[in-house]
Amino acid sequence: MAAATLSFEPVRIERDVETVARPSLSYWQDAWIRLKANTRALISLYLVIGLLAFTLFGPLIWRVDPAVQDLDQISVPPGAGRDVTVVNAYTPWQGVTATPLPGEPGRTLAAPAVLAVVGEPTTRAVRLRWEPVPGAASYRVFRNIFDPEPDGALGLPIGDVLNPANVSFEDRLDLKPLTYYYSVVALDGSGAQSDRAAATVAVTRVITAAEAAQKGLIEQASDARPGDVLQLQVHPLGTDYLGRDMLARLMHGARVSLFIGIIAPFAYVMVGILYGSVAGFMAGRADQILMRFADFVVALPFLLFMILFRILFNVQPGDDGIYPMMVAMILLGWPAAARLVRGQILQIREEGYIGASRLLGAKTNYLVLRHMIPNTMGVILVTLTFAVPSAIFTEAFLSFIGMGVAPPTPSWGSMCNEGLKTMLTTPHELIAPAALISVTVLAFNLLGDGLRDALDARMRSTE
Amino acid sequence: MLRYTVKRLIQGVVTVWFIATATFFAMHAVPGDPLTSDKAVSPEIRANLEARYGLDRPLVEQYWIYLTNMASGDFGISFTQQNREVNDIIAEHFKVSATLGILAIVFAAFGGILWGAVTALYRNRAPDIVIVFLVILGISVPSFVFAAFGQLSVVKLNDWLGFTLVPVAGWGTVQHMIVPSLVLGLGTMAFLTRLMRSSMLEIVNADFVRTARAKGLPATRIFRKHQLRNAILPVITVLGPSIAAITTGGFVVELVFAIPGLGRYFVQAVQQLDYTVIMGTTVLYGAFLVFMVIAVDIVYGLVDPRVRLD
Repeated sequence: MAAATLSFEPVRIERDVETVARPSLSYWQDAWIRLKANTRALISLYLVIGLLAFTLFGPLIWRVDPAVQDLDQISVPPGAGRDVTVVNAYTPWQGVTATPLPGEPGRTLAAPAVLAVVGEPTTRAVRLRWEPVPGAASYRVFRNIFDPEPDGALGLPIGDVLNPANVSFEDRLDLKPLTYYYSVVALDGSGAQSDRAAATVAVTRVITAAEAAQKGLIEQASDARPGDVLQLQVHPLGTDYLGRDMLARLMHGARVSLFIGIIAPFAYVMVGILYGSVAGFMAGRADQILMRFADFVVALPFLLFMILFRILFNVQPGDDGIYPMMVAMILLGWPAAARLVRGQILQIREEGYIGASRLLGAKTNYLVLRHMIPNTMGVILVTLTFAVPSAIFTEAFLSFIGMGVAPPTPSWGSMCNEGLKTMLTTPHELIAPAALISVTVLAFNLLGDGLRDALDARMRSTE
Repeated sequence: MLRYTVKRLIQGVVTVWFIATATFFAMHAVPGDPLTSDKAVSPEIRANLEARYGLDRPLVEQYWIYLTNMASGDFGISFTQQNREVNDIIAEHFKVSATLGILAIVFAAFGGILWGAVTALYRNRAPDIVIVFLVILGISVPSFVFAAFGQLSVVKLNDWLGFTLVPVAGWGTVQHMIVPSLVLGLGTMAFLTRLMRSSMLEIVNADFVRTARAKGLPATRIFRKHQLRNAILPVITVLGPSIAAITTGGFVVELVFAIPGLGRYFVQAVQQLDYTVIMGTTVLYGAFLVFMVIAVDIVYGLVDPRVRLD
């Protein structure tokens, strides 16, 4: 038998396995690479940066004072027409008189025969006249912004004409460039109402040349003649119920909301780190006492105490109420971070590298500052990111129930509160701030998820 | 078990005492007092009133009187509502708040567990994607926005039906309770769904599930007995804190839906510095939360035999 020739030969190691092919990554470099790979987290990071830019640099570009009222454009939705017609100065109207007609007693009143508009219906005045009703003692004029049919809801009673000889009414009450549904009914001596006469009136927005010049729409009053059409100020996101620019208010409101939402959690997480690391490091009896106190603070009903503290710190009327709210948040918010940090420190102090460091003669301060806190940094950062949405929510809650930022300082929460009241007619006043709160909270939540996945292997979510 | 329960209950009582003390001193630190009002009051009348309500005594003595009265279940009389006992006020309004909160938490827990389990079972398929999207929405939208839109949709619904199926606001009947408790539970439900989903995902392919499948157990039985039971545990742990979150949201929902709960009452009492009402409300709320958390912890020990309570 021939000697078997081995077809094997030992593998020669060509490469030098000891060579470090890539530079070793620090923890933070690794985390950044992981974060960059996470599209959702990255998008939310850009969103957060965008929101910060919106509030920090926005007011530099959009230089409208959030407190200035544009009384020509109240509760205007975004994209509404800005045309305004120039008219002559207002002249009083004498009205229309007619001889009152005697009625047959016991008969119910008929509805006024005709309801007509005298002259042009403008935002300055709508002049109505109608035919006299036999037996009428007085007339009542109603106005509605919705069609009264089919419910027969006549709307706001805007005036009583007590003299039956007068068959006209001039409406100058807070007119907007809308279509109004006017109804006039006749009343007999006992106050019984007749059927209505109806008129649908499309009101045009007007301004006098002098007013236009005063508002800066034109250079001088002589630049415009009656009949010219001018453009009112631009409000990209519309105006609120007091005619204030929504975009400017959202930008300034973001300052309040984001300031509280970011600074307050940052402050209480710092307090928590301090408290937690002291407790974790001292361990034993002191730790127990400190943590028992933290448990007590956690047990306090959060919102009730926020309200109480706000009253407690907000001594001056006319304060905007931002700092009282922050102090209250810090006083109540720290225990969660303290617990977390303490848990981490307790875990880390048993690690080998701490022992090694101690063996090399490291002092306590050095151990805490150089080894323990940096190693809990990931968890802390994640906590911080998740604390931001809850702080923004808290601010919004408090402002919403009227216990937060005091008017006229805008905040997203207080803007929602104001917008809620006119939700049916002008929903944009609620939608814009509510959407911004939602987007901000969403961005911070997703960023928090991403950071958790990137920074903390143990807390990595299974998504 | 018994020892643990007793120990936790004692801790709970101490916590409630701490809450009462903190509230008492924080409240008295606010400048002014409930007797300060718009009406001009002569010093004699004021002194009389102070003596009547015991406000002329040193703070520590007031504290002691309050504490002993509270221990015997007497929260005193309201300062701003003449001769009305705080116990009555609380009995009337807390019932409403608690009903609303409990309905909301029940809804949130059942919904969260159900949707969480569904998303995990259908991972990365249409139901999962849709529900996860809704969950993110639910976590990010503040409850007052839900409340506003909830109310708006009720209006539209009634309009469309032509009669009032569900009342828009108020309190009293079961119909009144549905929408507010759904709205109130929504945020918590989203949070619980997320939690349930991740805990379920860990279990869907666990060894014991594979064994059960290999034994030939039907899928529904595996789901019920093996997956759901194990995945539910983390959800139960956070139920306690969730109750706190729900009571917080309750303030807003009560405001929007005009529900006569304690929330609005409390805000009013704080503004008028009605000491006894503030104290009663805070202590009761605090006690409610503390003992809810304890109850959840004890239930947790019963549900999961691996957890040793001591």
